[in-house]
Amino acid sequence: MQASPERKATIPFWRDERILNILGQVAFVIGLIFIGSLIYQNMKVGLATQGITLSYGFLKGISGFDISETLFSYSRTSSYWQAYLVGLLNTLSVSAVGIVVATILGVILGVARLSRNFLINRLAAFYLEFIRNLSLLVFLIFWYLAVFLKLPRVKEAIIWPGPIFWTNRGLGIPWGIPTASFPTFRLILFTGLILALCVFFTLRAYSNRTGRTPITLLWTGLTFVIVALVGWLILPEKPLTPDLPFVKGLNLSGGKILSPEFTALTSGLFLYTSAFIGEVVRAGIISVSRGQVEAARALGLNGFQTLRLIVLPQALRVIIPPLTSQYLNLIKNSSLAIAVGFPDMFYVSNTIQNQTGRAVEMISLVMLTYLTFSLITSVFMNWYNQRIKLVER
Amino acid sequence: MRKTLSIVSILIVASLVLAACGSTPAATGGNSAPVVETVIVEVTSSAPAVVAPAGYGVTLERSKARGNLVCGVNAQVPGFGYIDADGKYSGFDVDYCRALAAAIFGDADKVEFRPVTAAERFTALQSGEIDILSRNTTWSLARDTELGGNFIHTTFYDGQGMMVPTDSGITSLQDLEGGTICVQTGTTTELNLADVMASLGISYTPQVFEDADSTFGAYAEGRCDAVTTDKSGLVSRRTVLADPTAHVILDVTMSKEPLGPMVRHGDDQWFDIAQWTIFAMFDGEEFGITSANVDSVKSSAIAPEVMRLLGVEGDMGAKLGLSNDWAYNIFKLVGNYEEVYNRNLGPDTPTYIPRGLNSLYTDGGLLFAPPVR
Repeated sequence: MQASPERKATIPFWRDERILNILGQVAFVIGLIFIGSLIYQNMKVGLATQGITLSYGFLKGISGFDISETLFSYSRTSSYWQAYLVGLLNTLSVSAVGIVVATILGVILGVARLSRNFLINRLAAFYLEFIRNLSLLVFLIFWYLAVFLKLPRVKEAIIWPGPIFWTNRGLGIPWGIPTASFPTFRLILFTGLILALCVFFTLRAYSNRTGRTPITLLWTGLTFVIVALVGWLILPEKPLTPDLPFVKGLNLSGGKILSPEFTALTSGLFLYTSAFIGEVVRAGIISVSRGQVEAARALGLNGFQTLRLIVLPQALRVIIPPLTSQYLNLIKNSSLAIAVGFPDMFYVSNTIQNQTGRAVEMISLVMLTYLTFSLITSVFMNWYNQRIKLVER
Repeated sequence: MRKTLSIVSILIVASLVLAACGSTPAATGGNSAPVVETVIVEVTSSAPAVVAPAGYGVTLERSKARGNLVCGVNAQVPGFGYIDADGKYSGFDVDYCRALAAAIFGDADKVEFRPVTAAERFTALQSGEIDILSRNTTWSLARDTELGGNFIHTTFYDGQGMMVPTDSGITSLQDLEGGTICVQTGTTTELNLADVMASLGISYTPQVFEDADSTFGAYAEGRCDAVTTDKSGLVSRRTVLADPTAHVILDVTMSKEPLGPMVRHGDDQWFDIAQWTIFAMFDGEEFGITSANVDSVKSSAIAPEVMRLLGVEGDMGAKLGLSNDWAYNIFKLVGNYEEVYNRNLGPDTPTYIPRGLNSLYTDGGLLFAPPVR
């Protein structure tokens, strides 16, 4: 103990690792602030020389341009702000569809990759390796230019299967038009949802009380579907009348028309991301040690039970964090929509930027929005991860 | 040791960023030593620019120091700005930049062409990446005021048109009811389309693309019933479609499109040089001065205005901050307006566009240069 103060006194501070550590970090932070303020100053001076001031006021102005795909009513007299909102909703819808389909496809691929069936295994392996090693931009342009735009013209549309129209103007699928009884049906659906929730909580309480493990999600889902079906059948007037697509003049009409841009973008995104998710799922399943499966079998669980009760819960812990990154990637990659002419958020902001010349404002707004999307997604996934992770006692 | 290294590396990074921020992005080339020099020059020169936003003469000085002119052009519209098979730029807008370089340096090849998209062009000009934007850009009030730049005199008068496949049977805008129209983003075309269709009460779907190649590519694939842009652009792009005869340009003009170069706000000298370059080209045609006869005209000129223009009499070049043979160099190295027009858009080219409004005022057109005195 006595020696230490002497030793301290003998070591000059520039050789004391603890002090150097702190100094290094302080220098780093100062450097970072310095660089940041330099960039900001440079931008401000640059803009001032051009007589341009930063302001978001222009967003209230009239946009003056039309957008091909909008989820709410928008016209050239709407504001820039509404145009941005159109893009934002388009990004969200593409991301939502992409994430759901990519997850389903990814899980199937991951399981198929581990299949003992040679053909399934090889096919899945080929798909994963092939898709994962492509550039997404190239992949999207391939889907747009080489697949969806190469479909026949409207006059020679392929009508298959059933009333589905495949043309280079879009994919026409049957859709429903709400009738007078639709509000009642909506009420029935709501009742079904409440009933399903009741089933969910009852089964969970039952499971906690007895230690048995009914397939909660299956029964919950089934309850909802049964209520919906019964409601559909007993209503005298059907709540939706089918609306089939047909050819009208230059374009398709009726039903729901999915534009080639939308289909190319979403299919490109989910096919690409599903390959990565497939690998994540495979890694998760492999991470559960063989002993776990053997022990489950020894206890008399069958194959499905083993998967549901033993393997999947443990695999999920490994799967969720990288899966989160894949979801984030998909959302961010949707900005490649600009390459295929789909009006997503980045595309619309680009148009606004061109028409107003407000580059700094629009780019920062877009960055902020993507950041918000990503943070919300990762907060949700972290919460889920927290719930399923191993509780160590 | 490692810590010291990291601190040193931070300082290096910081100084690199300083260098990168200070110097204009255009001022690349050469070894690393001149970059450090540029930092010092830029910091001192940008400081007074804030105080007195005139910035008079900065652009000329900078491009002279650099030894060339950086010109933002189109790379996808044959006849106006296009990269040919040899990787060389050609076109009407490209030749304008060559004329400007001839006026400044006495060498039409001292131009570095930067291809910019419709979307990038104004930012490229604002940020100083290019000295001048010569990319079939429409002059409009909003652009003139909000984008930190000024349009010089229009070099090409145009109007927006609509192209459809011949076999579609479409002959008027009304026939496009319910149709899809391909258009390029960030253009006045996009806004005019919305305006015209709204005023005619025609419902349509715009299909908007990032650049001319993808716009016309999608049109060629049959994605749209029609494609719209300036008529000159339609004529030029039609030449590169698979079968040019299978497409027809409708006989409607949807808007006025005065196309011309744009320069940054705050440097009036540069504005004058850019503007008088095109005026000199107008005058060249009016006075019959061509690249072939310019030497004989110069030696035998008796008309005072021609003598002033060619630098035989007076000091017109000096007033612009240029040498006195600035206009002579334009004619000698590039040619007058008519020569440039015929070279790129004349009857012998695949992108033939009749002169129309782009004729001298003496021929019923709009080309009218102020007097050189």
